[in-house]
Amino acid sequence: MSEPALVLNKIVVAFGALKAVDDISLTVKGGERRAVIGPNGAGKTTLFNAITGVRPPTSGRITFEGKEVTGKPAQIRARMGMSRTFQITNLFPTMTVDENMQLALRGTGRGKFSMLGSIRLTSEEHDRVSSALQMSRLGERGAVAVNELSYGEQRQLEMAMALVSNPRLLLLDEPAAGLSPAERHMVADIIRSLPHDLTMVLIEHDMELVLNLVDKVTCLNNGQMLAEGSPEDISNNQLVQDVYLGKARADA
Amino acid sequence: MMRSATALALRSPLSFLALLAVIFGLLPLLVSSYQTSVANEILIFALLAMSIDVLAGYAGRTSLGHGAIFGISTYVVIYWTTLMGGSPWVGCILGIAAATLTAAVFALLAVRVSGVYFLLLTLALGMIVWGVCLRWTSVTGGENGIRGAGRPDVIADPIAFYYMTLATVLFFTLVIWRFVHSPFGLTLRGIRDSESRMRSLGYGTATHMFLAFTITGLFAGVAGALYALFNDFVSPSTVQLAQSVEGLLMAIIGGVGTLFGSFIGAAAIILLENFVSQYTARWPMVLGLMFICTMIFAPQGVLGALRKLMGWKQ
Repeated sequence: MSEPALVLNKIVVAFGALKAVDDISLTVKGGERRAVIGPNGAGKTTLFNAITGVRPPTSGRITFEGKEVTGKPAQIRARMGMSRTFQITNLFPTMTVDENMQLALRGTGRGKFSMLGSIRLTSEEHDRVSSALQMSRLGERGAVAVNELSYGEQRQLEMAMALVSNPRLLLLDEPAAGLSPAERHMVADIIRSLPHDLTMVLIEHDMELVLNLVDKVTCLNNGQMLAEGSPEDISNNQLVQDVYLGKARADA
Repeated sequence: MMRSATALALRSPLSFLALLAVIFGLLPLLVSSYQTSVANEILIFALLAMSIDVLAGYAGRTSLGHGAIFGISTYVVIYWTTLMGGSPWVGCILGIAAATLTAAVFALLAVRVSGVYFLLLTLALGMIVWGVCLRWTSVTGGENGIRGAGRPDVIADPIAFYYMTLATVLFFTLVIWRFVHSPFGLTLRGIRDSESRMRSLGYGTATHMFLAFTITGLFAGVAGALYALFNDFVSPSTVQLAQSVEGLLMAIIGGVGTLFGSFIGAAAIILLENFVSQYTARWPMVLGLMFICTMIFAPQGVLGALRKLMGWKQ
């Protein structure tokens, strides 16, 4: 891979006087799996929203596969091959799993403007939907209404919807948030089994879960870059341990 | 057996349309000419209610501006035939075009808001139309309105006109049904459920809402043009807020998001208007009572409640 998939250059996202993301620069290579970790309020999701176009950065530049996308809206970035999941489950609750997948599938294509056509999938589309559902271990649940799925299954559907458009950059925002240990294990398995040419950025609160899933880890704290390195480096890093475990204060 | 037959009729559009065609088709043979003209009005307003239901029931946006869009079409048809002496058929095309164009302008302003802001914005836009029709006396005749030039010979006979209305409304019912069940229709339901998710999937939600609003304006415009031929008179009361509210109430009483419920809602309200008003001038009180009962006992509307009761799928 000659060209980096994603380059962030001095990204700042400010809400009034508060800099939720403060001068973050990072480069993710094509095919790399990167974790962004940090305690609550570190700015992980805000950084994600800047990358995906939900909230454009206050300053700085974002480049995706060599093209600048800093000011582009979310839907344009999605059509360029970025795909994301949400930390707080964000599905179409009144529809079935199949309908959710259909919307996910057609968002980046042209069929979405068909006003008198049938919503039936072509066999090629059908194959893509079932392979994304298989990858997310939701194989047989197509006809079920989303609000009847268990929470864990809804998280799996988040993944399936992000995968079905064949993205080149997958952004996972705490895919295991709120899951039981057994379910977290399954999510880790799903992530591990994804195609290896897919570039991935993964936000996670829980260090243990990501350390054996990714190539490189970025640790944020208070909106700033705290440390960057291989999973081993990060887990042995004193600063990171202080942030996660709490540092004994001098006056304590 | 009876149950499953009705269930089938309400689930498949073609059998529902056939049911409507039979009921409304036989009506002129069974009832008086006055009652036929009431049925004619029901058909026209069912189309207006369906145009509102596409936005309210599928895209999750409640419009209070569609009565004005409807009325603009009526104004243009009558102005064109009476004051310009033009052909009523051309007038209908111009009326529908004017309604669609107005809807496009409304849409440009309204696509970025939802919920109560959408409601208030469409209400305000509708009020502007009403204000213009009331004040621009040289064109609209102000409060006196404009009297039409009568229907063309082919449909001069009320029965012939009734069947033309029936055919037009059934045709557009089928078109609207296809529209909401198309891939584009699914994107409207997606926007209703989660706009942020839609954008992250690659949908330009504003574009989708703009198209949807404009197209429903076309449907309301068709109803407005039929109303011009039916009523042969137009005044500011045709574009007033009450018109939008009535269309919305029809959709709600029939069942928001059921589409075909609009026929039930339109029938309920127009029958009430025409028959209860013979006994009391306070018929809006009865309408209010009916609305309250719907909200308490069947908040999903008549057809929505039936669906729930019978366990039919949407």
